[in-house]
Parts: sequence; C-alpha cells; structure tokens
Amino acid sequence: MSVVALKLAEAPAAPADADPAAAAPVATNVAANVAVPPAPTFESGPRPGERLRDVLRVVIPPIFGIALMIGIWALVAIKSGNIPGPDKTWNAALVLFSDPFYSNGPNDQGIGWNVLSSLQRVGIGFGFAALVGIPMGFILGRFAFMNRMFDPIISLLRPVSPLAWLPIGLLVFKRADPAATWTIFICSIWPMILNTAQGVQRVPQDYLNVARVLGLPETKIITKILFPAVLPYMLTGIRLSIGTAWLVIVAAEMLTGGVGIGFWVWDEWNNLKVEHIVIAIFVIGIVGLTLEQMLLLLAKRFTYESR
Amino acid sequence: MDKKPIVKIENVGQTFDTKQGRFVALRDINLEVSQGEVVSLIGHSGCGKSTLLNLISGLTTPSSGVLLCDGREIAGPGPERAVVFQNHSLLPWMTCFENVMLAVERVFGRKEGKAKLKARVADALEMVHMAHAMDKYPHEISGGMKQRVGIARAFAMEPHILLMDEPFGALDALTRASLQDELNGVMAKTGATVVMVTHDVDEAVLLSDRIVMMTNGPAATIGEIVEVKLDRPRDRLALAEDPKFAAYRATVFEFLYRKQLKKAA
Repeated sequence: MSVVALKLAEAPAAPADADPAAAAPVATNVAANVAVPPAPTFESGPRPGERLRDVLRVVIPPIFGIALMIGIWALVAIKSGNIPGPDKTWNAALVLFSDPFYSNGPNDQGIGWNVLSSLQRVGIGFGFAALVGIPMGFILGRFAFMNRMFDPIISLLRPVSPLAWLPIGLLVFKRADPAATWTIFICSIWPMILNTAQGVQRVPQDYLNVARVLGLPETKIITKILFPAVLPYMLTGIRLSIGTAWLVIVAAEMLTGGVGIGFWVWDEWNNLKVEHIVIAIFVIGIVGLTLEQMLLLLAKRFTYESR
Repeated sequence: MDKKPIVKIENVGQTFDTKQGRFVALRDINLEVSQGEVVSLIGHSGCGKSTLLNLISGLTTPSSGVLLCDGREIAGPGPERAVVFQNHSLLPWMTCFENVMLAVERVFGRKEGKAKLKARVADALEMVHMAHAMDKYPHEISGGMKQRVGIARAFAMEPHILLMDEPFGALDALTRASLQDELNGVMAKTGATVVMVTHDVDEAVLLSDRIVMMTNGPAATIGEIVEVKLDRPRDRLALAEDPKFAAYRATVFEFLYRKQLKKAA
C-alpha cells in the first residue's frame, strides 16, 4: 500500500520540473507586447504550478490518512505482541496472492475462490431480491392502498437483522448455501422496495401530464415515462442493497461455513493466522468499495436532471 | 364569414375543497373559441387563468357547467388539444427528436409509415429552427430552445386547438421576444387555433385576436374581452410606433391596473 502511495506522489512531481521551463518563453512574449491586453483564454487556463497544487491538494491528504492508519497499526502491533504488523501482513499477502486460485478440497481454497463464491451468493440473493422488490416497489408506489397495506409489514420487518432469518432459511432449504443466499435476499429487498416506491411517487406531475395529454397507452407510460423516471431511485436502492448484502454475507458465512470470505476469516481464526484475517479485512473493504463505485458510475449515467 | 367554434365553454365554475373549506376559483365562465382564432387569457396571478386552461385541456374537470370541443364534451385530455407547458416538460431521457416522435407516433402512428412519421418530426423541428439540435438531449440546450421543441411537439400533433400555459414565462425578455415572433409566424403558417395564458400585456396584444381579461380571484370570471384588430402579419418594430397598438395596450393596462388593481399581498 505504501509503495503505491509513494509512486503516486512522485508522478505529478516529474512534469512540474519540466513545465516552468516550457512556459517561460510564452511568459516573456506576453510581457514584451505591453500594449496587448492579456488574452482571457491565457488567464483562465490553469498554469502548471496551479495544476500541480490542485493535484497535490487531492493526493496529499489521503496519503497522510493512510500513513496515519499504518502508523497506528504498527504501533498497536508492537505494543500488543500478537497482532501482526504491516510488514508481516504484507509478506503474508504476497504469499497469499501469489496463488489466489488454488483448490485443495472444499475447505482449503485460495482467497480468490472465497471472494468469488461470496460474490456469487450476494449476486444470486440480490438478483432474486431485485426480481421481487422492484415490481413490488412499482406496485406500492402506484397504488396508495397497497402502500398502506404493506407499510406495517415492512416497518416491522425492516429493522430485523437479516441474520435472524438464517435459521428459517436453514429450516426451509435444509442446506447452508441457500440459507446464506436467503439472508442476502432478505436484507437486499427492503431498500429496493422502498426506493423504487419512492421513485414512482416522485415522478414529476409534468411528465405524467404529458402522458395524459398525448393519451399514451399504459404500456408506453411504463416504458417511456415511469421506468426512466424511476431508474435513478432504483439504482440508489440497488446500491444500498448491495452495500448491506456485502456487510451481511461475511457474518452469514461465518455461521454457515463452506466456501466464502466470511468462512475463510473464521477458518483462519481457528488456524490462528491473524495476518490472514487482517488481509481479509482489506479485501472485503476493497471489494465493497469497488461495488459501490461501480454502481455510483452506473447511477451517474442514468441521472438526467443534474447533467 | 361565420367560423365554426372549436371550443365552447358554458357556465363553467370550478371549486376546490381545501382545509379552510370550499374555495371558489372560477364562476360563470362563458367563452367560444372559433377556428383559427388566437385567444389569450390575461389577469393577475391567482385569477384562475391556468385553472381555465387545465379545464379546456381536460387535465381537470369542472365542478359545474360544461366544456365542449368539436361539439363533444371534454371528459379528459386528448391529443386533439395539445398543450405547451410553461416549463417545457420535455422528457430528459429522450433526444429532441424522440420527444417530438413520442407525440407524432401517438397521433399518426397507426395510419402512417416510419418514414412519414420521421418527416413529420423533422418538419416540426425545422419550423421552430431546431433541426440542428434533433439529436441533442434537453439538458444540452438552452431554456428557449427547450420551449421551441415543446412548441414543435405540440404543433407536430396537428391539434384542433393548441393550449399554451404561459409558454414564455420562464424565459428572459430577449429570448421571449424572438419566440413570440416565431410563434406568430408558425401560427400564420398553420392557421392554428390557440388559447394562451399570459401575464404579459405586450405579448397578449402582439399575438392575439381576442384578449380575455379576467377579474381577480377568488370566484374569478371573465371581466372584459378586447378584440385586437391589427393586421397580420404583425411586425414588432412597426407596431411599437402604431397608435392602435398603444391603444389596445392601454385598454388592457387600464383593466388590470385600475379596474382590477390587486392589493399588494
């Protein structure tokens, strides 16, 4: 991590050395023609020094943050004695990531397989939640009666930790794997229903008036007006769902076992390989961050008003 | 020549139930709009002119009285009564072309082929000088341009009557003037029947054949009607010097600021 950070810090410094020399003759030319007022385009363009300052302003604080985190971590590691420090973790990570996709039977697989199988469970559970939750959200948003009917149910069930549903899943599906997927389904469905319903309720009246004046048939209203108008809200629901699902899968897998990043954490705890747990924390964080950023990008693509 | 009436409004009243009790917005509205006529509704804000327009469009139904379009009662909105909304109301996820196409397809889709429909959209956009921005999205063009596309969408439907709710209200004065001129040209070319809500006296005189002046609400009704007998085509610059134009303007101002002066709220 620190190696990457150092390289980032060096990169903008290199062009900065070259730029002042290149900019110098331009500057003297302008100074020679005193009668000519400075061109506005010249003024508005960022000068090399300013650009460097902007880059540094963005890059420097995160570097400090990461350095602080690593520093505290190293300090804690030295003080406690049994928590692995950054150096030890780094070396363990190099070994671990040299072969992420090995497989020695169901209980000993590479970290890559573990992450992928967790992602697969999240994908399936989330997919089913989307399949049920999005149409449900449309119905609740469109019909006030249904909204009032389901409101008490959703209000009651939403605050329940999805892990409380795990035993029910085990009872119904008899196997651990679908039970874990079931908990993902449960935790993903609420944000999806609620955000979709809210989106449907917030479709601007103007757009619906356009539909009414044109006399569009119901199918066209749904495909051309409701769906695109609700899409940004739906994507917010999806983003919240995936975020929660990724939080929950680790805990669910700790309980169910099998293959998965959550199980792996627990397994490495039983093996007392604490540095692997620390690596898992980083991996879980990075995967979660990536999912979030991908969905944010997708949402940006479909947000019309702010563009 | 006796022109046939497109819209007939007979004894229409509109009341709303509010928390403070019943609110009478409009009462005893009687009006006929003939083919090819341009009528503007003018009055202080809150006089119910937009309410009246919504009644003609069918977006709302009257509490009493009846509205007829082509001899049939207006029971709901329909494409023969196109609306230009104040805030353009273009769908942001469609290009200008697609926005107009949505309307054209709805009205002519069953009878005409794809090529003919496309030609209709292109013609409508050409008419408001927006052919160059066909494939642009609404957020990529200016407010005035959006309203042009909104007008193109309405005209492309070849409606029996065109309803405009303060179509230029959200635009700056210069853009508004150029759109008014353009609208005047398009109306002359198509012979459209138009009912327009405005609060701009110059706009009303410049564009209308008749100006319907409404009394202040609550319980607003039609106060006076001025017939604007200025020759068409009307030229903004020439009219500025025209004493007849000034007289019409004065009449409307007289009504708005002497007879119906609104107490400062």
